[in-house]
Amino acid sequence: MKGEALNSTGNNTTTRYGFSGFLASTYRTSSGWRLFPFLVAALVLIPVGTVISSFFAPASDIWQHLVETTLASLLINTFWLVLGVASGTVLLGVSLAWFTAVCEFPGRKFFSWALLLPLAIPAYVTAFVALGLFDYIGPVQTALRAWLGPDLFWFPNVRGRLGVIIVMILAFYPYVYLLARNAFLTQGRRSLEVAQSLGFNRTQGFFRLALPMARPWIAGGVMLALMETLADFGTVAVFNYDTFTTAIYKAWFGMFSLTAASQLASLLIVIVFVMMVVEQQFRSRMRYAETRQSARVNRIPLAGWRAWLLAGFASGTLFFAFLLPIAQLSIWTASVFTQDFDERYLQFLWHSLLLSAFAALLTCSVALLVVYAARRHPDWATRAAVRIATIGYALPGAVLAVGIFIPVAWLDNWLSEIALQLFNIETGLLIQGTLFTMLIAYMTRFLAVSHSPIDSAMQRITSSIDEAAMGLGLNGWAMLQRVHLPILKGGIFTAATLVFVDVMKEMPITLMTRPFGWDTLAVRIFEMTSEGAWEQAALPAVVLVLAGLLPIILFVRQTEK
Amino acid sequence: MLRSCFNRYLTAMFCCVTLFGASVSHADQVVVYSARIEQLIKPMFDAFTKDTGIAVKFVTDKEGALLARLKAEGKNTPADMLITSDAGNLWEAAREGLLKPIKSETLETNIPAYLRDPENQWFGLSVRARTIIYNTQKVKPTDLSTYEALAEPKWKGRLCLRTSKKVYNQSLVAMMIAELGEVKTEHIVKGWVANLATDPLSDETRAMEFVAAGKCDVTLANTYYYGRLMAKNPSLPLAIFWPNQASSGVHVNISGAGVTRYARNVPAAIKLLEFLSSEKAQNLFADLNLEYPANPKVKTDPAVAAWGSFKQNPINVVTAGELQAEAVKLMDRAGYR
Repeated sequence: MKGEALNSTGNNTTTRYGFSGFLASTYRTSSGWRLFPFLVAALVLIPVGTVISSFFAPASDIWQHLVETTLASLLINTFWLVLGVASGTVLLGVSLAWFTAVCEFPGRKFFSWALLLPLAIPAYVTAFVALGLFDYIGPVQTALRAWLGPDLFWFPNVRGRLGVIIVMILAFYPYVYLLARNAFLTQGRRSLEVAQSLGFNRTQGFFRLALPMARPWIAGGVMLALMETLADFGTVAVFNYDTFTTAIYKAWFGMFSLTAASQLASLLIVIVFVMMVVEQQFRSRMRYAETRQSARVNRIPLAGWRAWLLAGFASGTLFFAFLLPIAQLSIWTASVFTQDFDERYLQFLWHSLLLSAFAALLTCSVALLVVYAARRHPDWATRAAVRIATIGYALPGAVLAVGIFIPVAWLDNWLSEIALQLFNIETGLLIQGTLFTMLIAYMTRFLAVSHSPIDSAMQRITSSIDEAAMGLGLNGWAMLQRVHLPILKGGIFTAATLVFVDVMKEMPITLMTRPFGWDTLAVRIFEMTSEGAWEQAALPAVVLVLAGLLPIILFVRQTEK
Repeated sequence: MLRSCFNRYLTAMFCCVTLFGASVSHADQVVVYSARIEQLIKPMFDAFTKDTGIAVKFVTDKEGALLARLKAEGKNTPADMLITSDAGNLWEAAREGLLKPIKSETLETNIPAYLRDPENQWFGLSVRARTIIYNTQKVKPTDLSTYEALAEPKWKGRLCLRTSKKVYNQSLVAMMIAELGEVKTEHIVKGWVANLATDPLSDETRAMEFVAAGKCDVTLANTYYYGRLMAKNPSLPLAIFWPNQASSGVHVNISGAGVTRYARNVPAAIKLLEFLSSEKAQNLFADLNLEYPANPKVKTDPAVAAWGSFKQNPINVVTAGELQAEAVKLMDRAGYR
């Protein structure tokens, strides 16, 4: 009935074997599975290592300057931001996931997928819209002033800390929502039944059973939200809220020191690595549950004011996180549509869709293989490799873009040198400026996004299933294909949707690695916003949001039958 | 075994390359890396191609990324030209050895000395004037005089500023350091911060709207932002004041370009640069964004000319680059976010 509670396998055995055990097992297993996570980690380590290698170059005057002036306030700002976004996304994401997964209230079916829609809106767009509406010159305050007189009222400082935190929560809660909902859908109702049999009421059932059981999934979602928060530059720039990442860009663009910027970014990697280790603690207590969904279990019917309160809560979230930004964008778009829209938008859209689709395919395939390999060989080295492979998401996009570009250009120069010496032909740069490079770059950035859902889904498959499969002679590919893949479908779909939408919104890597003429919707947004033409940027933003809805709708149709 | 593996890898790579079509240099084409956005450069490139038959291929990105890219690509870079929207980054590109000194009489006659690199590694192509914008209902032009005077206590609670992270403010402060020295400049910037009516804003259109709505009375902005805002909403109670007319002159920055050090098609790149500095292209280059032409023989757009003529600060814009890092540090010390 209840999901078997097991400790993740291998944890204890490998510590006993240590490093020699790891080496020995590498020799024993002839399959390539063993090496795959290491290969991927090595690939991700190239750009990340390029960034970290900056530590050996001197940039001490900038460090001293930072310590003497802004560092303390930057760290405090970053701390509160992380804390705020973490607690906010947990509160919003988990509660909405719980209510839509196990309760029945008016509009539940609609909300269960509609609450994913904010994923399609880039956070900096939400930020800009929020300021446009609620800042001093926005319609809200203007109306209040007209009504109450210019000096008569007090309005909270929208551009303050709370404002940034709220915008980021609204933008990033879907990560937690999506993963937590996944967990609750399979465990939640059943755990409630167990809770009932133990004599708990619903609230106790949630806090004492369902929530602890879903903890790994929630931690995975929060991790994604926090990595996004730490790496964010666009949103905090709109608010002019100084974080650690702001300092990175200031060192680079303001003080022309890519070295100092990279050093600061390396520290960010360390912070995220620590966070990952903490998350690992959650995961090592991961509980497995059966994957059979018992469709017969009934939802908790809510009636009266409670039902409407829930419906109101869900509508409120949807309104502020999605409808309001979309409405504002549409109004702006209407004002520039006739002069800006042309047939080139078809091309932008096509490029965006193509890149996102291929990137999602590649990233999810790699994540799947990594997850599977780590399941077959759950030792410390493999798990460390997996952690490293997913660290790209924590770096500010522009810094990672440079980290990717430098080794690619190096390899390119080396190849062209060889071509010149061996064949006496001038090849120019071969690898950079190809879609191949671009897709690899996306993969290094977004592997974490696809890894989290697939890994969580894999954790839910009991080891007894593997044993049974092996008993039937299924191993390696066959097991993955015939046993795991069908069960993992939901997780893979989640991962693909997230990567697709994230790649579509991605800006710095796209800008830096795109081939000539390969402009996407995100590039178009960059062209508009970099000269402050935010209203004109609404047009590509709306197209981007609409295109981002495609995979979400597809996702919903696949999972919400 | 290993060798055959490597061969297969090479074959696969070449397949990828041919499949995706890498950039191969071409005789009759100039490749441009531009931090000036597409809308503001493409019309000139089209005109150039029409005139000369030389194709222009370009890619846009932020300055920092483009410089990192040029540096990493080294002597194999496909880029022949770099365009930026400020002087500081051109200075940095030259310092990193990414640009090539150019000998061209056309360029030297078309572009005044203070708007180009002393070693002719880059040239300003349009002038961006940073000036004072004030609320016409609350401020008399006679109250205003200089950038420095905005630090006086009488402006307490009346000033709005864009963030110090924007390069235009960094350039302005860099020029002030050059003229007034670090101590005095820091004192002034501290005065500005003390006079702020609200936290620094993320863009200057916003800042001007704050002035118009009465949250503050004055702000600093590049004139083309003012032009754009007024074109959309002519009734706003905003006007331009040209500061420092009795002293150093209005602070100007440039949008400019240089030929890359390892350009493959140097003659064509120089030709493009000369074209961009010519009367024909200058109008388009400046007018598209309501900026001022860098070539003094070229008339400004009538809409821009209507804001009145003013004395420009003749200090070489290279200063903006040289002292930019100092300026950033100074603003950090002064608490200007």
